[in-house]
Amino acid sequence: MSFSIADPGDGSAGLRAILAPKWQSALGRLRRHRSGSGTRLILLALLGGVFWTAAFGVSYRVLKYFRGVEEIGPLLAGKLLGVGLLAFAAILLLSNLVTALSTFFLAKDLDMMVAAPVDWIWLYLAKLGETLVHSSWMVVLVVVPILTAYGVVFDGGPLFPIVAAAILLPYFVLPTVVGAIVTLILVNVFPARRARDLLSLVALVVMGGLVLFLRFAQPEQLARPEGFRNLLEFIGTLRAPSHPLLPSEWAASSLMNWLLRIRDPLPPLLLWSTAGAFVVIGASFHRRLFPPGFSKSQEGANRGKSSSLLARLLASLLGWLPVTRREFIMKDLRIFFRDATQWSQLILLAVLLIVYIYNIRALPLYTGERVPFVLVTLVVFLNQGLAGFVLAAIAARFVFPSVSLEGRQLWLLRSSPLDLQAMLWSKYWVGTLPLLGLALVIVLVTNRMLQAPPFMMVLSTITTVSYTLAVGALALALGVFFPQFETENAAQIPTSFGGLVFMLAAVILLILIIVIEAVPVAEQLQSWQAGEAAESPASLVLALAGVVTLCATATVAPLHFAYRRLSNLEV
Amino acid sequence: MIELQNLTKRYGKFTAVDEISLEIPRGELYGLLGPNGAGKTTTMRMIAGILRPTSGRVLIAGIDIGADPIAAKRRLGFIPDRPFVYDKLTGAEFLRFVAGLFGQEGPGLNRRIDELLGLFELLSWRNELTESYSHGMRQKLIIASALLHRPDVIVVDEPMVGLDPKSARLLKDLLREFVRRGGTVLMSTHTLEIAEAMCDRIAIVHSGRIVADGSMEQLRAQTASGDASLEDLFLKLTGGLSDRELSELFDS
Repeated sequence: MSFSIADPGDGSAGLRAILAPKWQSALGRLRRHRSGSGTRLILLALLGGVFWTAAFGVSYRVLKYFRGVEEIGPLLAGKLLGVGLLAFAAILLLSNLVTALSTFFLAKDLDMMVAAPVDWIWLYLAKLGETLVHSSWMVVLVVVPILTAYGVVFDGGPLFPIVAAAILLPYFVLPTVVGAIVTLILVNVFPARRARDLLSLVALVVMGGLVLFLRFAQPEQLARPEGFRNLLEFIGTLRAPSHPLLPSEWAASSLMNWLLRIRDPLPPLLLWSTAGAFVVIGASFHRRLFPPGFSKSQEGANRGKSSSLLARLLASLLGWLPVTRREFIMKDLRIFFRDATQWSQLILLAVLLIVYIYNIRALPLYTGERVPFVLVTLVVFLNQGLAGFVLAAIAARFVFPSVSLEGRQLWLLRSSPLDLQAMLWSKYWVGTLPLLGLALVIVLVTNRMLQAPPFMMVLSTITTVSYTLAVGALALALGVFFPQFETENAAQIPTSFGGLVFMLAAVILLILIIVIEAVPVAEQLQSWQAGEAAESPASLVLALAGVVTLCATATVAPLHFAYRRLSNLEV
Repeated sequence: MIELQNLTKRYGKFTAVDEISLEIPRGELYGLLGPNGAGKTTTMRMIAGILRPTSGRVLIAGIDIGADPIAAKRRLGFIPDRPFVYDKLTGAEFLRFVAGLFGQEGPGLNRRIDELLGLFELLSWRNELTESYSHGMRQKLIIASALLHRPDVIVVDEPMVGLDPKSARLLKDLLREFVRRGGTVLMSTHTLEIAEAMCDRIAIVHSGRIVADGSMEQLRAQTASGDASLEDLFLKLTGGLSDRELSELFDS
């Protein structure tokens, strides 16, 4: 069989013709961004620059230190790369699983593609390429500064970027093919929409498990080699996640061999030959399973029965609310718990919470000798900031998307006599109340673990409650200003540009709060340290009042502007 | 019952609806016809309160929808051209939610929901998620939701798309009965036979403006078209390909 990329010559469409709309759309988007508001570009460039500089800086410092360590330095650098690429491979596999389902079975262009005279192999390659790009770009962005640091520290030379790209291409292709094959099999067993729910759930459970595994493996021990009995045990621990049959290990070895000038063609050969073989195996799966799978994906999800008991319970719980608000809240809750792409994120939330509390427990504050009171108070104060960041991340997941999720149904809300202000407040409380409960659990449990002094307990509780109320409002309001009405997967909404703006706004608010409270807290600590009796902490009360006022403003103002924006929103 | 006063909608330099004025009294079924992109859907979405006019006013039962949207929308039932509903709600839950939006509750609500679901042959699908509904079933569910709160005015955009012949006939009968009982319907359609058979008055919209308006007889008189059909009138007013142009298209 001979293939021509441009035109197969038998009247059927070639790969170039299939990919042209994607390429042209991407160019169109780029042109629109260029001609549009420059603020977005500047903000993205600034954030990208800060991230790349930080990633490069940290990697450079670590690698520079490793390079200075006799004998085991390059080994450490190689193992670090191996572990990093293994973690990225796991992320890539999960991301490809979910993306392959969309590109191969749920994409809007598929009806046209399948109905057109397109050879199956071109469709397979085009969709594989699309999956590869969509699921891998974020990992590429993270890998570039890290590998740049490797190249600089180990004198990789001018050819290193080309070598790295040649080594990483098959490394990225492998999880894409595996993701496509698994999806193909799943869709042939379950309807596509059901498969999407299953995949989202599996992906999140595996991701949660991976985070817990990595955390409970206590990587901080590696930073304390004195805790090991001998060097062999230390090196043995370093080797733990590696395996000679893992492609990530081949990629790490290939890169390190180039950097250390070791001539060993086996790892890159293994990578390329395995990737090639997998693409061919994937093609044969596609040829056999895509037509029946695509036909099956046209079917709806399983017909589901409503739970009348739960509905009655909810209705009686919310019975005191006016009917419009009650029905609105019940609708939001029903949709949340029936959509696996939404509720399954609770698993990730639970993992995040466990890891957070575990981290606080793992702090060496009460092991061995007595830690000064000042240090404990400082940790409690910093914990408040960290908890704030965690709450912002949760609000981004659950509150930010709530208006976007109305999406195509907004016609109904706009044409009905629904008071938009009531809708906004309903969404605010539905999202913020659970967040508030969580905030109180985090701050009270961790403060108790840290044996926080009473004044810090009061300060951090009031601060966290005020901050949570503000963060809920900011998330909802910025969700109105940057809606993603076309997105079908709720999990993708927080990673949009608006989600980024929200996280920035939440972090800025957090920094302002810490700045306002830092000086009075420091003064209080100094007076304790000096052995002076605690005066009436007027400056602390004033600071707290300032924080409450700031948070109240950050709650009311965004909701006010969001209401105005929503009233003028045209759909 | 519906009054449009110099209704205009601009998107940047493009004028989608250009100074449209019309008045539809109680008990009238009014048809809005026009080629694709003429401004029909934009007009209907402004009447439903989904889009804000650049200038001009929309009055529903004498209430300015811009000044008092909640009161005006209480009198209105809107049926859009594309049946987007919440996938994760059942048909009955969707109707209950819509009833809630219109402040409806009480013991009679379940009966009303079942009545409407039964009318559109969706009763056996009452407790199924709407993600498993076909396009036509969703369309019927939306039509049922627009009738739920007993509106005075129905604004319906392309009502027959996706409906089977039996449901299309049911909808026609429903709208006629609604009008006979004093209701007002504004309907846009591309199916000229339906417009000719159902509408009391018709407006033909072209490039955002009403180019002709009235009963079939008045339209014929306005265009000096003798006993021409609505299709001929439509093509005369909005332009169409001649036989010669069509054969050039296939010969080229």
